[in-house]
Amino acid sequence: MSHQVTGSGGKVLTLENMNPNVRKVEYAVRGAIVQRAVQIEKELKEGVKKPFTEVIKANIGDAHAMGQKPITFFRQVLALCAYPDLLEDNKFPEDAKQRARRILGACGGRSIGAYSASQGIECIRQDVSRYIEKRDGGIPSNPDNIYLSTGASDAIVTMLKLLVCGEGPDRTGVMISIPQYPLYSAALADLAAVQISYYLDEDRCWGLDVAELKRALSAARTHCNPRVICIINPGNPTGQVQSRKCIEDVIRFAKEEHLFLMADEVYQDNVYAEGCKFHSFKKVLFEMGPEFSSTVEMASFHSTSKCYMGECGFRSGYMEVINMDPEVKVQLTKLVSVRLCPPVTGQALLELVVNPPQPDEPSYSTFMKERTDVLAALAEKAGLTEKTFNTVPGIICNPVQGAMYTFPRITLPQRAIDTAKEEGLAPDMLYCMRLLEEEGICLVPGSGFGQREGTFHFRMTILPPTEKLKVVLQKIRDFHVRFTKQFS
Amino acid sequence: MKKLDSTVLARRANQIKEELRQKLRKPYKQVIDLYWGNPHAAGVKPLSFVRQVLAACLYPDLVKSNTLPVDVRQRAQSLLGECAGGSVGSYTDTAGIPEIVHRISEFITKRDGGAPSDPENIYISPGSQWSLRNILKVLVNSQASPRTGVLTPWPCYPITNFTIKELGGVTVPYYLSEEQGWELQVEELHRALDSAKGLCNPVTLYVINPGNPAGYVQSRKTMQEVIRFASEKRLSLLADEVYQECVHGEKSEFLSYKRVLSEMGPPLSDTVELASFHSASKGFMGECGLRGGYVELVNLDPDVMKCIYKLFSTDSCAPVLSQIALDLMTNPPQPGDPSYPLYSEETQHIKTMMVHNVKRVFEVLNSLPGFSCQPVEGGGFAFPRLHLPPKAIQKAKEMEMEPDLFYCMRLLEEAGVLVQPGMENGPKEGTHHIRFCIITPEDTMEEMLSRLSSFHTQFMKDFS
Repeated sequence: MSHQVTGSGGKVLTLENMNPNVRKVEYAVRGAIVQRAVQIEKELKEGVKKPFTEVIKANIGDAHAMGQKPITFFRQVLALCAYPDLLEDNKFPEDAKQRARRILGACGGRSIGAYSASQGIECIRQDVSRYIEKRDGGIPSNPDNIYLSTGASDAIVTMLKLLVCGEGPDRTGVMISIPQYPLYSAALADLAAVQISYYLDEDRCWGLDVAELKRALSAARTHCNPRVICIINPGNPTGQVQSRKCIEDVIRFAKEEHLFLMADEVYQDNVYAEGCKFHSFKKVLFEMGPEFSSTVEMASFHSTSKCYMGECGFRSGYMEVINMDPEVKVQLTKLVSVRLCPPVTGQALLELVVNPPQPDEPSYSTFMKERTDVLAALAEKAGLTEKTFNTVPGIICNPVQGAMYTFPRITLPQRAIDTAKEEGLAPDMLYCMRLLEEEGICLVPGSGFGQREGTFHFRMTILPPTEKLKVVLQKIRDFHVRFTKQFS
Repeated sequence: MKKLDSTVLARRANQIKEELRQKLRKPYKQVIDLYWGNPHAAGVKPLSFVRQVLAACLYPDLVKSNTLPVDVRQRAQSLLGECAGGSVGSYTDTAGIPEIVHRISEFITKRDGGAPSDPENIYISPGSQWSLRNILKVLVNSQASPRTGVLTPWPCYPITNFTIKELGGVTVPYYLSEEQGWELQVEELHRALDSAKGLCNPVTLYVINPGNPAGYVQSRKTMQEVIRFASEKRLSLLADEVYQECVHGEKSEFLSYKRVLSEMGPPLSDTVELASFHSASKGFMGECGLRGGYVELVNLDPDVMKCIYKLFSTDSCAPVLSQIALDLMTNPPQPGDPSYPLYSEETQHIKTMMVHNVKRVFEVLNSLPGFSCQPVEGGGFAFPRLHLPPKAIQKAKEMEMEPDLFYCMRLLEEAGVLVQPGMENGPKEGTHHIRFCIITPEDTMEEMLSRLSSFHTQFMKDFS
């Protein structure tokens, strides 16, 4: 219906005539509970009295916001890139200056303010390739297959955009885990793709079972054309680190069912549990031999927002595409040109992440200490969180094997579930809202990520400093007991 | 037969640059690349104050040391205090750091002679095109039948046209009148809208002011006509104003669409739905690589605004350094600040440079047979018209190229000058243009014009 026909003198753009796909977009990580948290922070600033003096935002994987310090070397090089006059300043180490000169030499007009090529600065893509090769035991990586992006999210959405097509029962179906990071469900809603949910097994530490993949796929074939499988490893929100066997199973499944594999590996350095190891999908793919490595089409995603750097505010990431049809690659290259280029400061940061100080360089020992300390602190907090939650009757917490979150299961009394229904809220949203109002702790309800019917969860980050985290865990424990009693 | 597009030009340019790096002999020592609006790559220096503040924000040790001027350090310290955890590496609120968004709204109010601006209506994004794409996404329903139409100018910034199509929309061109200094005539808007009947459902009108690629600055009268047209035809208005700092014509003045709308008073000022876009990529800062832009939304339905919020939230937030760059753009050093003299000198230098360049471009190109160039009143580019001899057009056809692409390929090969063929800015039967950036040092502009003149004279001779 045209605009000229509708309209009674009211708004030109309305809910009724806007893009209906955008109406369906939800993103719980920045959703209603966070908006309430921000409101409460305002109230506190205005002097309103509350049972707490600050809101602890354990809803978002933002390490620096929780007090984690940036890596000194990275920030030194970036400062030198921003203001090259500092190259004359002897307060900066020589290895930092060398990196800065190299980066500036690759920028138009030797400035980080110049647009770069849309795919990213070439020498940085080359260094990303070398990093991947080293990580994957020598398996070759072609810089032409590397696309730098404005955070991994940008690359994920671009890839999905490329893959989604078709009409009606032929519309692209995309497999994604439940629970999942809600960027995926939001992107699929926006693109009007069909979401095919496969359930991770909570009783087996959020393990992935091929039988479940097959079940989900065959059910989906009746109403869509499944073309993609997405997997997040290490997992978000669930924190599991998939075994090598699991990864092989997924690759085999993708080959058998002719699916494009999207491997979200942004937490690859965040592995804590004994016996767990990060296996890159690409490495496993190639080690399975040419039958797989020359046929399975895949994209892997990484970012500077997580791991030990935690530089979310730079919005920097990349994807590596494998076995992509050359003509499709041409389209992909065209598509990324719409973004002009990823932020150059983020590209420079990525360069440093893949090319950190080496043992023979002056900044090495400080760098290694900072890196080790951050990862060790996260590992400690992961263990502490699991242990503490498992002492609470009504909370069951799987080991936080990796990533930055815990996703414990909470038992809610029937009266709480009923109250939530009356208030038009998901039961775990009611729980989280009450926690926010009573204790000033902001979590994200499990309903924002997806969960098995009749189960309830919340996602909490393990990022607050250890002493504060202990307090937070205790408060949640006490709240849970109170809440359970209150609604019995 | 599918015609070649200008990726062939970009590829050849990279090849030639590589050959020059390897010291292969050519009639020129380096390629003058004025293809994109990329001031720093074209030789313009970043503003010292901006870079000093960014460096101190990146490496806060600099806040404590004496290396940088005191106002730089104070500004950095204040900005870091507005970042979560005191770090530019944290996420921010979806629309941007609230204090920065607030200051941007104050800048807008001041710029617009007091017209109020609500910070709740402003979103910072990684470049203005990012927020433009988000707004277009809300407007364009890719599965609608008939498809959603967007009125866009000819000539147009190519990325916008590409984005509309990529989102499943249809571009409906309205032609600016080249001979009348690229004037937007409202009769032409009517014609364009009528032409869309039965083909698509136009929902919005996209205007660029100051222009890209054409170098016009719209008059208040034109803008009022555009606003009235949008209101009458129930179209929303998208105003791309990223070149607002680039006004060269003595008699030209940039007025924002928001201001003109506000000063037209109710009912228009309360009802016309407007999105205005600005950026740190152009103007004096020229910080394209930082990716910082914003959109201000006016008179939109509150329920639609909630959906827009959710859409922006899936992008998390704009890079923090970009947000800081926008803050510095909208709140530069003031008289009395230690950094003011240098800041003033640097910006004045860039302004003088642009005014000089557009004057030279106008003089030189209009003195060459086969070229005609409108005065460049504003914006970042010159968009002169080529009057190509029939033999050249024929040769281009044989090579399966648009004539202006053919001209640009020759210009690159023989003179080492890289400019954008006008075909990228939308087709117009029987006309050919080139686009090149004028935000470049004066001697680069002079060298480019010299090479272009020699080449052009020879080219016209060869194909006469």
